[in-house]
Amino acid sequence: MGKLIEVKDLAVSFDVKGGLLLRTIGTVTAVNNVSFSINTGEILGVVGESGCGKSTLARLILRLIEPNRGSVEFNGTDILKMSKKQLRLQRRHMQMVFQDPYSAMDPRYTIFRSLSEPYQIQGVKLDGEDRHQKIVDLLELVGLSSEHGYAYPHELSGGQKQRADIARALSLNPEFIILDEPTAALDVSVQAQIIKLLEGLRERLKLTFLFISHDLSLVSYFCDRVIVMYLGSIVEIVDADLIGETACHPYTRALIASIFETVPEQKNTQASLEGEVPSPFNLPPGCVFSSRCKFVQPLCHEQTPVLEETPDGGQVACHFPLHEIS
Amino acid sequence: MPILEVNDLHVEFIVDKKKIRPLERVSLEMNSGEVLGMVGETGSGKSLTAHAIMGLTSLVGGEIGGSVTFEGKDLLVLSEKEMQSIRGSQIAFIPQNPMTSLDPVYRVGDQIVEGLCKQVKIGKQQAKQQVIDLMGKLRIPKAKQVFQQYPHQLSGGLKQRIVIAMGLCAHPKILIADEPTTALDVTVQAQIMLLFKEMTMARNISLFLITHDLGVIAQVCDKVAVMYAGNMVEFGRIGEVFSSPRHPYTKALLQCIPRIGMEKGSLAAISGNVPSVDTYPSGCRYHPRCSRADSLCKKTIPTLLKIEGDSRVACHHYLDNKD
Amino acid sequence: MVENNVNVYKRKPPWVVILKRFLANKMGVVGTVLIVCLVIVALFAPLLEPYSYKEQNIEISNEPPSLSHIMGTDDFGRDLLSRTIRGARISFVVGVLSVLISVVIGVVIGSIAGFYGGMIDLVLTTIADLTWSMPAILIALLLVAIIGAGLESVVIAIGLSYWAQYARLVRGQILSLKSAVFIEATKSLGASDFVILFKHLLPNSLSPVIVAATIGIGNAIVLEATLGFLGMGAQPPTPSWGAMMSNGTAYLFISPWMIIFPGLAMMITVLGFNLFGDALIDIMDVKNKESI
Repeated sequence: MGKLIEVKDLAVSFDVKGGLLLRTIGTVTAVNNVSFSINTGEILGVVGESGCGKSTLARLILRLIEPNRGSVEFNGTDILKMSKKQLRLQRRHMQMVFQDPYSAMDPRYTIFRSLSEPYQIQGVKLDGEDRHQKIVDLLELVGLSSEHGYAYPHELSGGQKQRADIARALSLNPEFIILDEPTAALDVSVQAQIIKLLEGLRERLKLTFLFISHDLSLVSYFCDRVIVMYLGSIVEIVDADLIGETACHPYTRALIASIFETVPEQKNTQASLEGEVPSPFNLPPGCVFSSRCKFVQPLCHEQTPVLEETPDGGQVACHFPLHEIS
Repeated sequence: MPILEVNDLHVEFIVDKKKIRPLERVSLEMNSGEVLGMVGETGSGKSLTAHAIMGLTSLVGGEIGGSVTFEGKDLLVLSEKEMQSIRGSQIAFIPQNPMTSLDPVYRVGDQIVEGLCKQVKIGKQQAKQQVIDLMGKLRIPKAKQVFQQYPHQLSGGLKQRIVIAMGLCAHPKILIADEPTTALDVTVQAQIMLLFKEMTMARNISLFLITHDLGVIAQVCDKVAVMYAGNMVEFGRIGEVFSSPRHPYTKALLQCIPRIGMEKGSLAAISGNVPSVDTYPSGCRYHPRCSRADSLCKKTIPTLLKIEGDSRVACHHYLDNKD
Repeated sequence: MVENNVNVYKRKPPWVVILKRFLANKMGVVGTVLIVCLVIVALFAPLLEPYSYKEQNIEISNEPPSLSHIMGTDDFGRDLLSRTIRGARISFVVGVLSVLISVVIGVVIGSIAGFYGGMIDLVLTTIADLTWSMPAILIALLLVAIIGAGLESVVIAIGLSYWAQYARLVRGQILSLKSAVFIEATKSLGASDFVILFKHLLPNSLSPVIVAATIGIGNAIVLEATLGFLGMGAQPPTPSWGAMMSNGTAYLFISPWMIIFPGLAMMITVLGFNLFGDALIDIMDVKNKESI
């Protein structure tokens, strides 16, 4: 199982201009020196709260935004160095399912028309009947029928719209799909349906997923490994099955403590973090989490920790990871 | 005697010559000092229940039936003026979406004080002091300064605390909170939810919490009412409902929720979709998706039955503990 | 793996839904009728005119309305009814052409400004604002000085004065749609800027433009009348309503019908366009909300 995607030192920040002369008054760090790899056939999760950069990271990997530095290698080739033409062909291999099913399709197009678009844009030559059949097959693959193809987006339910969005992502037979909070806007029972659909599709089509969510329970259930992000940096990478036992970054542990479990006997939800995520504007030096960390030491404000291997096989960026404290 | 008793609450509209009932068969009791949760997915009618209790439904061409008894009085028969004297001071309501509950052109502190002075006979200076104290208890840092700020200057978490302060300040007997922590980060959610419970307990306020999040219900509430497609399908103590749910929907819903450490692939989904208001199935509204449904379920809507103790369930073939 | 779907959606083609809603809007129907009347009169003017619009007959000048001249005659003995009918054609052509010019200029500039943003947007928006703040009358005066008076100048002047509002509308729509998820999705499929702008952004931005253009036609007709009143529009004997009214002021107490009838005709026409436009606004609003 090789590495399908290798991300190295990826970073992007935005200058903020202000004042009459529109001078640069500061920087918003969206993604800060992020490095990790995704194995073929793996489901890698990315979890974090607002401002952590997970959505920006997704767009960087697909090169919908240009980074300030870093590389994104797909099967060994850096897509950030590709020409426009090469990039367009590359897009057949990597697709995205978006967060908001309510605006993921052009409201003036029927589902059929929206699903034909990928073929048109990529110049895939298909005559009318072939194309129609292909789209019907796609719809069935995601649990919809050709009837849904004739509908307009506003006529479908949230779950149906999300299925259509997944169908569009699958139309060009990609190997890699990024799912950006695909179930955040859906009811929990619909979420379960979509997750089961994704489980089946991954098996059947041998797909590799990058699954982004703010819901740690969902991510640890669905994914193989989990990346935890905070204010644009990766703070920990951990095995999903072992996250409860082996997570050692204070932020990850705080996320775990914040979960409201559906087991009333265990009233174990704790608000172990004070305050809120600070603004990513003009970040102070040192560890991104230092302003809220309970275990903070002077070193944390001076030196930014780097991701290092942990004895459990994960990686953590912390000067005083919790397994060393106890 | 329960502080709030709802009996067979229902709301009916006539749209395009068809009668639709987006809410019916809601019966529950809330005792003083209790935390009651109402849980359901989109279209379940939970927000509508809250609005009906508060007399805030816009009833063009519709009617509300049943009874909502608060301290012996039926709220549904009261006039608007009488309801106004109860709202805020006796029963407070925190609606969804704090961002729109605050008026953008007034300072947040003034908004809370204004509400307080309307509900309780109290001078402005005294009110201001009480509000700042309350803000401190809600762990709003630098409360005196935040008092002077405008909504757009505050973060989501702070705005939410302000809205909670508005609900708590007049010491109501009951506080109804509709999704008080959606759209907030998970760590902030935990802070606010736990704080909320702490505050209501400390002031002996009975809390009616409406949410789609079963986890929050399990950790924070004493009793729960489960809603589906405008009907109440189950009601009971948290321990019982979560460990041995009686209604097939409750059971299926609990199995839909992913948990840390859960075995991969073991997540169960409910087939089908929640019916929309104009396409409710005949009989039990859940029957098309239920594995236990039969012809009786298709024909007759089950009534809400009282089982042992506080438990109620609306199902012809409800699950017994012995199953 | 096909999901058993309980949700049955109603599928009516969108134009049927719009038509139904439109017909239910009584004011809109009235407006449509008025516009249709205008179009018919404008199209078939030569057939409908009882007399030639330019035939002079000094003997019967300034005659009040009678059976032979339903609207009376003007100071040159010309039949007012015929002139008013011919005037409809002029108003219609001026209205539609000038709005067409405005819309084309506005849509092009608005799309470029909205799509590319940055400095380009800043420059174009400033130009739009400057144009917007200049009264059309001043622009018309300038043009008359350059090209000479006449209907062409009027059409161009109106076209050049009013494009800014369409530019703003399109720019606003594009700005808000640019970050819509489906635009991002199309980008991730490898679509070029061209495809995104023309196949997705523009089609979704045109509805407010159509509504504004409809009401704009009414405004253009009034503006033409104003310019005609000031003598800058159609030259005699071309019977634009404005010119007719201007002509008629001298005879206000002698033959007021010279002003009344063209004035009424203009009022009814503009009313028609405004009612139609208002109905469109109501319908567009409802269209964006999901039906129960």
